Amino acid sequence: MIEWFTWLQLGIAGVAGLLCIALGLAGRKPSDLTMGAIALVELLLIVQLVVAIVAPFAGNTATGSLLEFYTYLVSAILVPVAAVGWALIERSRWSTVILGVAGLGVFVMVYRMWQIWTVQGR
Amino acid sequence: MNAPQSTPSTNTASTSQSTAGGPARSTRVIGIGRLLIAVYGLLALAATGRSFVQIVSKFSEAPLSYSLSALAAVVYVVATVALIKSGGRWRRVAWITIGFEFAGVLVVGTLSLLDPALFPHDSVWSLYGRGYVFIPLVLPLLGMLWLSRTGKARA
Repeated sequence: MIEWFTWLQLGIAGVAGLLCIALGLAGRKPSDLTMGAIALVELLLIVQLVVAIVAPFAGNTATGSLLEFYTYLVSAILVPVAAVGWALIERSRWSTVILGVAGLGVFVMVYRMWQIWTVQGR
Repeated sequence: MNAPQSTPSTNTASTSQSTAGGPARSTRVIGIGRLLIAVYGLLALAATGRSFVQIVSKFSEAPLSYSLSALAAVVYVVATVALIKSGGRWRRVAWITIGFEFAGVLVVGTLSLLDPALFPHDSVWSLYGRGYVFIPLVLPLLGMLWLSRTGKARA
């Protein structure tokens, strides 16, 4: 993983998550803004996948379990897809909150991925 | 991003108005219940992913902990499905699985505090689910609360 890109992902996933939860609780239905924010999170995860595949060839290898890393990454990639799909099917305020939960979920998962990549002392 | 603008259609689910004789299909799946289902789904995904990794890479290190992880993961998946489905039988399944989770997090959480050697490796339920920000402890309570409230509304 690339450090600045990890922070970028964490920042965007966190902000997008909180934004969607706030707007959802305020009664907004899923909009271009909220779904777009989570779609951006998804886009960054796809880029992260490419980074994770390429980085070892540039000497940037994971210190922890690759199996665990990719399980997190693949799971994380599924989450925004499910949330946006839900938001498209059901257009209620709670779908916006769920978009936010997905954003925060990705936040945690990316953080765990960073831990596995960098500081695994076992 | 081809997000359709909010269509002014009829489907805004009113939160707590479930008419008694109405189709039982959707009564359980409205409002906050949706959120509950989503969080359950996320937890099911997390538990499944984790136990997958544990079993594939190091099952022999702690068969008990990891079998428990796998069992917990299956129960979360079943609970998620049961919350989405409706009908009397699924409702009972939801009660059973959610009750099982609550018992699990209490028992394993307490044991892991009293005798850490018993569960040397993390499971979802170790230390009352601390590794998951205590979500495994809180979620079953919310789930049971919600099941009882919606049950009353329908009866």
